[in-house]
Amino acid sequence: MADQSYPVGQGVEVTVERSPARGTWLEVVHDWITTVDHKKLGIMYIAYALVFLLVAGFEAMLIRIQLIKPHNDFLSPYTFNRMFTMHGTTMVFLVGMPILFGFGNYLVPLMIGARDMAFPRLNAFSFWISSFAGLLLYYSFIGGVGLSGTGSAPDIAWFAYAPLTEKAFSPGHTTDYWAIAILANGIGSIGTAINIIATVFCMRCKGMTLSRIPLLPWLYATMSFLVLVAVSPLTACQAMLLLDRYLGAHFFDTQAGGSAILWAHFFWIFGHPEVYVLVLPAFAFANEIIPVFSRKAIFGYPAMVAASVGIGFISLGVWAHHMFTIGMTSFGNAFFTLSTMLVSIPTGIKTFNWLATIWGGKIRFETPMLFSIAFLFQWVIAGLTGIMLSVSAWNWQLHNSYFVVAHFHYVLVGAIVFMIFAAIYYWYPKITGRMLDETLGNWHFWLMVIGFHVTFDVMHFPGLLGMPRQIYTYEPDRGWNTLNFIVSIGGFIQAIAILIFVYNMVHSYFRGDDAGPDPWDAWTLEWATASPPPVYNFAIEPEVASRRPLWDRKHPEDPDSAFE
Amino acid sequence: MCRAIAPALVIAGCASAARASLPASIFAPHSTPAREEHQLAIFVLWIALLIFLGVGSLLTYSILKFRARPNDDTEPPQVFGSLQIELSWTIIPILIIAVLFLGTARVLFSVQDAKKPANALDVVVIGHQFWWEYRYPQYNVVAANELHIPVSPASAPHPTFMKLTSADVMHSFWVPQLGGKTDLLPNRVNEMWIDPQSPGVYVGQCAQFCGPQHAKMLLRVSVDTPEEFNAWIKNQQRTQAELAQAQVALASVPNPGNQSKGSVPPNSPPTHGAVAVVPTEAPDNAINAHNGQIVFEQQACINCHAVAGTMANGRYGPDLTHLMSRATLGSGAAQNTPGNLLAWIADPNTFKPGCLMPAMHLNDRQNAQITAYLLTLK
Repeated sequence: MADQSYPVGQGVEVTVERSPARGTWLEVVHDWITTVDHKKLGIMYIAYALVFLLVAGFEAMLIRIQLIKPHNDFLSPYTFNRMFTMHGTTMVFLVGMPILFGFGNYLVPLMIGARDMAFPRLNAFSFWISSFAGLLLYYSFIGGVGLSGTGSAPDIAWFAYAPLTEKAFSPGHTTDYWAIAILANGIGSIGTAINIIATVFCMRCKGMTLSRIPLLPWLYATMSFLVLVAVSPLTACQAMLLLDRYLGAHFFDTQAGGSAILWAHFFWIFGHPEVYVLVLPAFAFANEIIPVFSRKAIFGYPAMVAASVGIGFISLGVWAHHMFTIGMTSFGNAFFTLSTMLVSIPTGIKTFNWLATIWGGKIRFETPMLFSIAFLFQWVIAGLTGIMLSVSAWNWQLHNSYFVVAHFHYVLVGAIVFMIFAAIYYWYPKITGRMLDETLGNWHFWLMVIGFHVTFDVMHFPGLLGMPRQIYTYEPDRGWNTLNFIVSIGGFIQAIAILIFVYNMVHSYFRGDDAGPDPWDAWTLEWATASPPPVYNFAIEPEVASRRPLWDRKHPEDPDSAFE
Repeated sequence: MCRAIAPALVIAGCASAARASLPASIFAPHSTPAREEHQLAIFVLWIALLIFLGVGSLLTYSILKFRARPNDDTEPPQVFGSLQIELSWTIIPILIIAVLFLGTARVLFSVQDAKKPANALDVVVIGHQFWWEYRYPQYNVVAANELHIPVSPASAPHPTFMKLTSADVMHSFWVPQLGGKTDLLPNRVNEMWIDPQSPGVYVGQCAQFCGPQHAKMLLRVSVDTPEEFNAWIKNQQRTQAELAQAQVALASVPNPGNQSKGSVPPNSPPTHGAVAVVPTEAPDNAINAHNGQIVFEQQACINCHAVAGTMANGRYGPDLTHLMSRATLGSGAAQNTPGNLLAWIADPNTFKPGCLMPAMHLNDRQNAQITAYLLTLK
């Protein structure tokens, strides 16, 4: 057997037992700050993102308290506007992208049998410039009217439409903090994207042909190409905005003849692919977790790869579906209707392939799988409301309403955050060597599912009843009172679920069961090394003969390699 | 049948509180664009519902059916794929999308490329932070915040065609019952049309985040019968001469002492003089409309507000010529009552924090005088 040439749970663990002789705290800090190890950087990305998840979640709670009843004066309009701007910006740029990059950093080299990323120092640079962006954005809270008045934080909505961001309408430095933070974050993202692409295509172990790359690295490579293509225009338009604000350029300055639509195009040509930048890793997690807990190989691997790459391509041609009301021609609207609808074909293929993977399997309902199953249902609904929004003539009604807010939270929370939780439950043992507590995991899951549906199912209805997004209060006679009350309650249930999850993470780090190298009886290479893996990942560089090297090893009588 | 069932289907999840205000929803259309969008919505909802039921029941079935049995450590048969099956779930979605797209395109073109009939009412809608300006070029009328249009019954259609633009940042005009939203952009004119078939007041609001008071940029569209609309237009046209004379009548104790010919701009309408020469014996500080007008014109009010027939011709804030013909103040922020008006003048930020009208820091007497004046602007 070719697969006998790499170690599975033998020899390596000795070197990675938790060392009783840790250095002084200063040595530990120095070690983390100067590290170029992809695993440490991955952990730092994830930790950084989880901190901001709590921050942005707190902002969401403030938003929901304000909207719990009409004419509420819990927050001033200024504070409310800052809260939703910071909530959106933080969740996309300081939570979504870093946590997914963190998993990519950690898992991609392990899954392709490499010892590190292609460019370890670029990797460290990307992390530090991204975290600088986060600090810069939040530094804007200090100054002006200070923390309790929420300082001079940006209040321009996360898409920052021109010309509201111009000096005439946004005096002070709020918008500058925002633009420079996004710019710096973009530099980090592009660095990581280049790194992931180079790693996936150049660092694979012996025997790992393109058709044997596990789906997670495949999807991360696709996502990284999207980052390259989509984040560049975002960075460019931040530079243009800063030129407007400081050097008297007139790109978006409508009072001097600039164009408001130009910004919208620039932003959404980033903003739409960004959705897929975030959701492709979520798909990637599902591609790894669903087969293992169904005990079956993923159904239709080539179609899964093709669909993912197809989603990447199509997503670049649909940005103007965010602009159906901006005054495009009817042919423009029709074009972007059709291109948007086309995305549902590859996503449909993926969904049905997951279904077929489950079909005929032996499903184990451990926490990662619970989150994945909820993801499947929620993803179907998110896709269907997405189709509704792509129907441009109906979009005229739905655009910028709470229906849209409900839809994209279905994608961002119902699909992406749920799969991030699944991924944390799945890979936490690999990263820390300890299992997360299953009982707490079940509490987390059920409260999260209930809270999610109470919040976001109900949130569709105020939108259909004419409630626009980003309003700090509403009149009591519009029929939105009860609905908003229910939505706010759902938000609190989710907050409780997340606190349980945080407690579980901390508690299990010290008290969790020992995981061993392969607690889930999985099939990809990261489970072939110790938990946590040693600095060099693999004592002997592995060699693979199929997509599921550990299956081959565990089932010598029925190896995948015989079919490929 | 579709139209009867589907709203119930969609709104079924809402409590009765939501149903009470159902008329404000997109499922209670009162205008052709809204109705076509609504029918399309029902069509799409049915397709989505069928897909959800299909996929959802397959998922539920497989989860229930293929649970791992305890003490069964064997692996299930490994299936790697099936070209036929995968082709089928590629082709079927393509067919569904074809249907969806054709349905969408039909409504899209029929609404967006509709021809403007000769008898259509033209309205220019200008979005401001944070209020609405309406201009009726056919009638030479400027109004603010409350749009009056004629009803357009099927027997005698009288649609309203709007040109939309913005004076500052992006806004969006959205009255769900009358039609989908259209953005208002500076340096650009967008178009939309509505033809409400039943009279009434329809509410909506700005749907594009436009700054601190985006939330209170509310819209009221009053759909009038032809007679009401004509009367309204007539009143709005009653500007210069009529208005000035009305002021003469209403200014119970006018005071010529403060009236200086020199303060009247040379291009001021001649009727303005009629106000100036009315004799009076009242003290300068009496609280009446006449003194109110003087305060209004001497303070900064006229930099932003216009009152037709007077020297006030500011364009930054709403035109106040017919202020008292409106139901609300501050673009829906408060009911238009004398008390609210007085409080609004004293400090608009208590009603609408972040609105661009500053508190002028006048004394109570001056505020009361201005209120007395504004109350005459019907």
